[in-house]
Amino acid sequence: MTRQALSAEQVAEQLQKTGPKSISDVRTKEWSEGLKKTPVASIWLRTTPDGLPATIQAVIDIDYPHFSVASGIDTGDAVELLYHMQVFHGMPGAEVNITISVPVPKKNLVVPTISHLIPGAVYTEREKQEMLGVTVAGIPDPRGLFLPADFPKGVYPWRKDETGITEDLVKSLYASGRPEDRPAPPVKPKEKKVKKSEAPDGEKTAAEKAAPAADDASPAPDAPDTPDAGTPEVNTNGE
Amino acid sequence: MANKPVYNIPIGPIHPALKEPILFTFDIQGEVIKGVDFAPGKTHRAIEWMGMRRNPVQITHLCDRICGICGVSHTLAFSRAVEQIAEIEVPERAHYVRTIIAEFERIQSHLLWAGVAAHELGFDTLFHLAWRVREEAMDVIEYLTGNRVNYGIVQVGGVRRDFTDDQFPRIRQALDTYEGLVGKLVTLFLEDTSIKLRCMSTGVLTETDALELCTVGPTARASGLKLDVRADSPYAAYGDVGVTPVLPDVYSDGIHGDVYDRIVVRLFEVVESIRIVRECMDQMPAGPVLWETKYAKILATCKKAEGEAIGRVEAPRGECFHYVRMNRSEAPEAWKVKASTYSNQMSWLKILQGEQIADIPIIVASIDPCMSCTDRVSVIRDGRPDVMTGEALHRLSVEKTRRLQA
Repeated sequence: MTRQALSAEQVAEQLQKTGPKSISDVRTKEWSEGLKKTPVASIWLRTTPDGLPATIQAVIDIDYPHFSVASGIDTGDAVELLYHMQVFHGMPGAEVNITISVPVPKKNLVVPTISHLIPGAVYTEREKQEMLGVTVAGIPDPRGLFLPADFPKGVYPWRKDETGITEDLVKSLYASGRPEDRPAPPVKPKEKKVKKSEAPDGEKTAAEKAAPAADDASPAPDAPDTPDAGTPEVNTNGE
Repeated sequence: MANKPVYNIPIGPIHPALKEPILFTFDIQGEVIKGVDFAPGKTHRAIEWMGMRRNPVQITHLCDRICGICGVSHTLAFSRAVEQIAEIEVPERAHYVRTIIAEFERIQSHLLWAGVAAHELGFDTLFHLAWRVREEAMDVIEYLTGNRVNYGIVQVGGVRRDFTDDQFPRIRQALDTYEGLVGKLVTLFLEDTSIKLRCMSTGVLTETDALELCTVGPTARASGLKLDVRADSPYAAYGDVGVTPVLPDVYSDGIHGDVYDRIVVRLFEVVESIRIVRECMDQMPAGPVLWETKYAKILATCKKAEGEAIGRVEAPRGECFHYVRMNRSEAPEAWKVKASTYSNQMSWLKILQGEQIADIPIIVASIDPCMSCTDRVSVIRDGRPDVMTGEALHRLSVEKTRRLQA
């Protein structure tokens, strides 16, 4: 297998020639760092959900890519999925980053799977399904990935509309999805710390003022030696 | 043998054999693994969600906390993405500072992994030895940045601290120490009979599988895939010093893609790191290390920026990927983090198949997984899971202490 590196412009040209008609808005960018300013090229292009597998196939025809990940953004009336991959890896300095952007309209949130072309993509497709509520048609493994099993249904953490995370979910996430027909965990309510000076019994407070060291509420033997009578009790509480 | 029943055994999320929370389900027939499945997400901390409510200068510090080992990789990847969007020109000296810290991070991470691998093999003497050797790299990182973890050195537009010339002798001393130790480490890890017996032809991942399952870093290179972001799309000072991806045939005869090859790749990457740091110190230009010292100006520039970019960095475990989109507002519109383990986890399904129960820990550890610490726990009561918060757990623990004291 002989692989030959092409420049970013050549790759972009070939993708437009051999890829589906849906490819549009092809841009090439370059960025360089260091003293020698070694350039790194990237291609950004746009396609439709239907044209996605054909676009990936066109990339594979050039060189089998290393597929990084797919990211997703809620852009209002559509969910934009971005498939990031690199071709010509293993050839020093010749690598070209390709980002395929696929806006999926919210009316029909379905995108075809690419896992028959790149098997490793199923992992990130599972994440997109549960985080963005996008249906990946033909996904071999439709289970969730990161969210707990009792996460509320119909809530997609990365969405910015009404199906996204709400304020009350942020404040008390532990309570979400918790069944109500069950007793509360056996956790004792926190004991209120009673400070000597704030004790409700006025008589005791007066007695304390007279002789704080002789308080029988503090069982610690070294209590008479410590000037602050409140400290030993805090220690026994373990808080 | 063929008539033995297949048992379904769950291991995890918390298990002594696994250092981090992840749930494995194995179908086991006799001693052999017939089927594997795993469920991650026990540590999802929603860092991206938090980031989209903060400004880029704040996010760099959040990035530091994504992982305790790859402290600089995530920050560097994020900063590079933001710099590309806002077209911030990073001073040349800053590129070299970034490279040196990143390489020391690789040394300490690989030695940490070597220790963990030895421990998983039941070779605890070697584990203690590897971690003692690792301390030298940690000390240098602390000497240069002020911190052992969460270095906080990379900033949008450069780095926050410069190296002075009187710091170089300490770096050279550490490099000399490691250079002297390489032969010893090779003898201890690669020529040891029990390690050879346990690791050779265990957990094999072929080159095609490595590419199709999108693996990255040492896991991919051990299978013969020449995949290294430092060489393929050079960033920081890597374009100047040049990087050769380390493949297992530098030591072992040919490429097998087994656990042994993954040890070879990681150990010989330490050698490559030493060379890179040396060349960086020799070539380091003088000048400033931050594009703009006033954070208000960096923030104002980021606020005006519009566009999208990706930042890729070769972390010790493999490619670390950040995608950022900014839209003329304080916080980024989108931020996607892909850590290296995310790409490598799929390979477990392949490499655990047909192996023995006793090899599960070393095969799982061989991709150097990093799942970070747990943030919540499920308690099964009356057969149904119940999520408990940290506060409730703390109170339970306090009550138990009181009970014991009574």
